[in-house]
Amino acid sequence: MSDAGGAAKPKKVRGTVFVEVERCKGCGFCVEFCPPRALDLDTGFNKKGYHPPVLTREEDCTGCDLCGLYCPDFAIFGVIIKKSA
Amino acid sequence: MTEVAINPVNPYLRMDRMPSIWCPGCGIGTSVNCFARALTQSKIDLKKTAVVSGIGCTGRVSGYMSVDSFHTTHGRALAFATGLKLGNPELNVVVYSGEGDLIAIGGNHFIHAARRNLDVLCVCVNNFTYGMTGGQVSPTSPATAKFTTAPLGQFEEPFNLPYLADSCGAVYVARWTTFHVRELTKAMRDALKKRGFRFIEVISPCPTLYQRRNRLGDGLDAMKYYQEKSVKKNGANTSELRIDFQSEITVGTFVDRERPTFADAMNARYKEVLGPRYVPCPDNYVPPQAKGEGT
Repeated sequence: MSDAGGAAKPKKVRGTVFVEVERCKGCGFCVEFCPPRALDLDTGFNKKGYHPPVLTREEDCTGCDLCGLYCPDFAIFGVIIKKSA
Repeated sequence: MTEVAINPVNPYLRMDRMPSIWCPGCGIGTSVNCFARALTQSKIDLKKTAVVSGIGCTGRVSGYMSVDSFHTTHGRALAFATGLKLGNPELNVVVYSGEGDLIAIGGNHFIHAARRNLDVLCVCVNNFTYGMTGGQVSPTSPATAKFTTAPLGQFEEPFNLPYLADSCGAVYVARWTTFHVRELTKAMRDALKKRGFRFIEVISPCPTLYQRRNRLGDGLDAMKYYQEKSVKKNGANTSELRIDFQSEITVGTFVDRERPTFADAMNARYKEVLGPRYVPCPDNYVPPQAKGEGT
């Protein structure tokens, strides 16, 4: 899908993640094992004092949901964004 | 991008019980996540599925799954599951427990359930220690590792669980770690579709006790160790699957065979002896949607 010479063009957003911040325990599995490494741990805290993940490189996320599969606390999941939207 | 998206595993969990009691970095939640997805993909009837677990950190799984479930006394998960399956043969019974529960105190039930080829799926989360009671030596604890009850290092020979299950007669034996989420989901999905005693060992980190006492870092470090040191060997000889302290972990599906289940053997024998007088034990097993399964 990539057109040559379009380096300046922003990449199309293919997927995104939803984080349930209060359920996160900050283990970092999602950040470590995200295939395109689109996630980072937040600098802020949730109510329990853990750093939840944030999608810092939104254009890299493919919505593969591997973060959702790794999450031991069911706090994150990825979705693929349909092209038509 | 709508804001109404809900986590695909939410329908399988009792959300009022969340957050779970599991420590940050514990792998039990990851295995439950895989199990919930395997339930979706195998398309089995959740109304006819029961989860039984014993005592321990992994024993909490029955309380978190939104299916019929029972939290039994220590070690008796398989004993309870035996009665449940024979009393209601239509049920898909899943025993989900830790190694301290299934193999130590429940070891007797384990070998006999495997010997009889009872039709249950047995998921054993192995974190090498008794987590809930404070980090004592468990039957799978690797030698030289330190525990609350072995501060100078453990010296007993650990169990090799796939070998035990294989030699007792399990029809499906697999071992994966919590790092291998896709493979684990597939193994659970395949096992849900089989009949007989199916055994899946899930190697899981215990950051609070096992990792901390042995200075192995947190859950993430354990996951990186699984990533580096695990070797996939499907069909490997189960006698060679011993795990030593921080050694290589052989993962894969080791056994996949067919044997008559307990109900099959009983029906065959009594039909032979009693003839038409015998009313067979119903076996309403239908392979859950052989057609068009998800990936």
